[in-house]
Amino acid sequence: MKIHLKIWRQKDQKAKGKLESYSLNEVDAKMSFLEMLDMLNLQLAKKGERPVEFDHDCREGICGQCGVMINGIAHGPLKKTTTCQLHMRSFKNGDTIYVEPFKSKAFPIIRDLKVDRSSFDEIIAAGGYISVNTGQAPEANSIPITHEEAESAFNSAACIGCGACVATCKNASAALFTSAKITQFANLPQGKKESKQRTVNMVNRMEELDFGHCTNTEACQVECPQDISVLNIARMNYEYNKAKLTK
Amino acid sequence: MAKEIHANIPEGDLKDKWSNYKAQAKLVSPNNRKKLEIIVVGTGLAGASAAASLAEMGYKIKSFCFQDSPRRAHSVAAQGGVNAMKNYQNDGDSVYRMFHDTLKGGDFRSREANTYRLAECSASLIDQAVAQGVPFGREYSGYLKNRSFGGVQVSRTFYARGQTGQQLLLGAYQALMRQKEIGSVKLYTRHEMLDLVTIDNKAKGIIARNLDTGEIERHGAHAVILATGGFGKIYYLSTLAMGCNASAIWRAHKKGALMANPSWTQIHPTCLPQSGPYQSKLTLMSESLRNDGRIWVPKATNDKKSPIEIPEDERDYYLERKYPAFGNLAPRDIASRAAKEQIDIGKGVGPLRNAVYLDFAHAITEYGKDVIAERYGNLFDMYQKITGINAYEEPMKISPSAHFSMGGLWVDYDLMTTIPGLFAIGEANFSDHGANRLGANSLLQACVDGYYIAPCTLQNYLSDQIQVEKTQINHPAFQEAERLAKKQLENFVESKGNKTAEEFHREIGKILYDKCGLSRSEQELKKAILQIQNLREEFQQNLLVPGDAHEINSELEKAGRVSDYMELAELMCVDALERNESCGAHFREEFQTEDGEAERNDDDYAYSAAWEWSGKASKPILNKEPLHFTYVQPSKRSYK
Repeated sequence: MKIHLKIWRQKDQKAKGKLESYSLNEVDAKMSFLEMLDMLNLQLAKKGERPVEFDHDCREGICGQCGVMINGIAHGPLKKTTTCQLHMRSFKNGDTIYVEPFKSKAFPIIRDLKVDRSSFDEIIAAGGYISVNTGQAPEANSIPITHEEAESAFNSAACIGCGACVATCKNASAALFTSAKITQFANLPQGKKESKQRTVNMVNRMEELDFGHCTNTEACQVECPQDISVLNIARMNYEYNKAKLTK
Repeated sequence: MAKEIHANIPEGDLKDKWSNYKAQAKLVSPNNRKKLEIIVVGTGLAGASAAASLAEMGYKIKSFCFQDSPRRAHSVAAQGGVNAMKNYQNDGDSVYRMFHDTLKGGDFRSREANTYRLAECSASLIDQAVAQGVPFGREYSGYLKNRSFGGVQVSRTFYARGQTGQQLLLGAYQALMRQKEIGSVKLYTRHEMLDLVTIDNKAKGIIARNLDTGEIERHGAHAVILATGGFGKIYYLSTLAMGCNASAIWRAHKKGALMANPSWTQIHPTCLPQSGPYQSKLTLMSESLRNDGRIWVPKATNDKKSPIEIPEDERDYYLERKYPAFGNLAPRDIASRAAKEQIDIGKGVGPLRNAVYLDFAHAITEYGKDVIAERYGNLFDMYQKITGINAYEEPMKISPSAHFSMGGLWVDYDLMTTIPGLFAIGEANFSDHGANRLGANSLLQACVDGYYIAPCTLQNYLSDQIQVEKTQINHPAFQEAERLAKKQLENFVESKGNKTAEEFHREIGKILYDKCGLSRSEQELKKAILQIQNLREEFQQNLLVPGDAHEINSELEKAGRVSDYMELAELMCVDALERNESCGAHFREEFQTEDGEAERNDDDYAYSAAWEWSGKASKPILNKEPLHFTYVQPSKRSYK
């Protein structure tokens, strides 16, 4: 099928970017979206032009490195699907597709569709862990965790850190990302000891970085490829207030 | 001239070796540790766990990865589980049994002492991961759950749905970020190692490229750890991430580290088949699916009926038929070869007739759809996203794909390469899996190497480095390594040919799949070597890299990796050709039993082939590390 593309091209963080038009004539419906971009890049390279830089690695929806806005929607039209898992069968012959980076002040553009999401690492560094050194752990079954607690913690822990939530949020808030980690540990007995400190440190770090505030539009969950629930945000707010009120 | 290589296996009975090692290992006192710098390349499970653990001890760590965050390393994609000897199921498991399973699974081509240590340290890993908050599957009582994986008859696999690798990696990544916050770890994301720097034949640092700016940097240290994973991506179509590569270990190899058993590549039986020429990867579907899924092909060749229309008596459940004792959970090498056999005789299914069925109909009838969804829901979802097919209603179509490198840098018992101060851990080394790795042993090895072994053996090495001055990065060795690295990049850019690195990569991958993949023969390997030499020649003349070296340029990154594959591919074929036997994943057509199973030759080939770089890609030097079996006598590996 024939596909027309409007792709954001930007040389570096400071340069002014713009949408460039491209057309591909022989797109196969079984191709993944990124394989379609590979096809474009091969054609550009052959013409001596600079290929489009985009983030990707595992191409099976788990590393969280890929992610672009496709027709204005983070990771494109399919629900619970990363960009790499989106296939061209979701589009039809003659479609024009707009491809833009995850734009946010906290995710500066490196080039074209590639953005810097190290601010997420900073939030984790502020407290997204249980402070246990190698060797300190007690016997695993000495900490029984009910099936429900484990499943619930897993649901939060499944976040892949792609940044779709920030890119989708009109305020560019990182509340869903931050709250998922806080909630995972708040749900586990091992994580309770540091819960107050963790919550306050992570929330403070999130606010120091260039993220906006959460105003509960819940758009983040709609576009989250892992379907991380906004209830995590409610839990984070509860944990934060609890930490502040019960010093 | 072949080198003398010593595995440095400690004295004592098998079960005492690691304890004896630890009891005698030299230490560095806590106040001296901060003076010692360690470079860790790679932030997967092995790299992140080693970097975090060593930082917790007080060493100064520089951690490098090419991804934009350490959390994205490819350990993240491991699905099914991690093995550990806890015997929570009371089903007869023991350290010895786990060791025996692993040794046998590897077709008696690994070191007894290393394999035993892997089993011995496995239990602590589960303790550590649980303490970190890894949400493993639980029984309703609150205790940990297990499932079974290929090649074993006990249930010792721990799992977090189908995302065990992700959860374990996040545990290690978070431990790493905690140390970064404290200041014990300095992170270099979006950096790629271009060369190892040795001074007086000791590893003293690396040359790295900042992938966002193109800047070339020198980094010095007292020791270097490579935790850069496997190189199955050399086959182009593989289960690996697009960025996985051999460059760090290959460049270390060219600086003197030996490369062991490079041709031993695990071809994973349960992956999504290729659907067209544009395809960039083959997605893995976890081996855990074989707990409940049954593998079959139509009995008739070229049967084009829909699978649902094929009645039971027209189906061949060939694994259950050929290997009744293990059935659908036969080890990976055997299951992959059996699938290839069915596809080759015309029983393959799917549009390209290149797949076999993996069917859950029986399991859904027996346990109900909800139970199957809880066990494998994310895998079924993933299958539907990629293929558009609902696997609750019709069988999955699966096919073998390049997956794991059993080969890698040769290391001794300390996980140190033949270059003092250069360590290789996780999939980057060759040590524990012999000629075939058992499912769920990969996450285990990465973690055990990183959390427990490297911190102990590194310290043993560093104990006499306290008096050694901080490495000076203006030393001529750094200058020369930097000059050569820059020159190579300029050559790629100035080549101005007609073929991109990706196109070369696809070609070399095809040669390897056809001639050095699931099945090998002398005749075909010799042809492959000539083809690779020609392709390498063409690569030097006809490479096309748009853009330049002083900026972000993913085409240039690929060129460097493919350039290394051009040399490594030949070594893989030479290694496969040298070994006139079949063992594990290495199946030489000339050496098989009457019923088509691998025929090992313990009299002549009970050794690891450790290849030495001679300066020329076509003239590698063979060194042999004999394998001694004191505690288990190698037997015919049967799963019938």
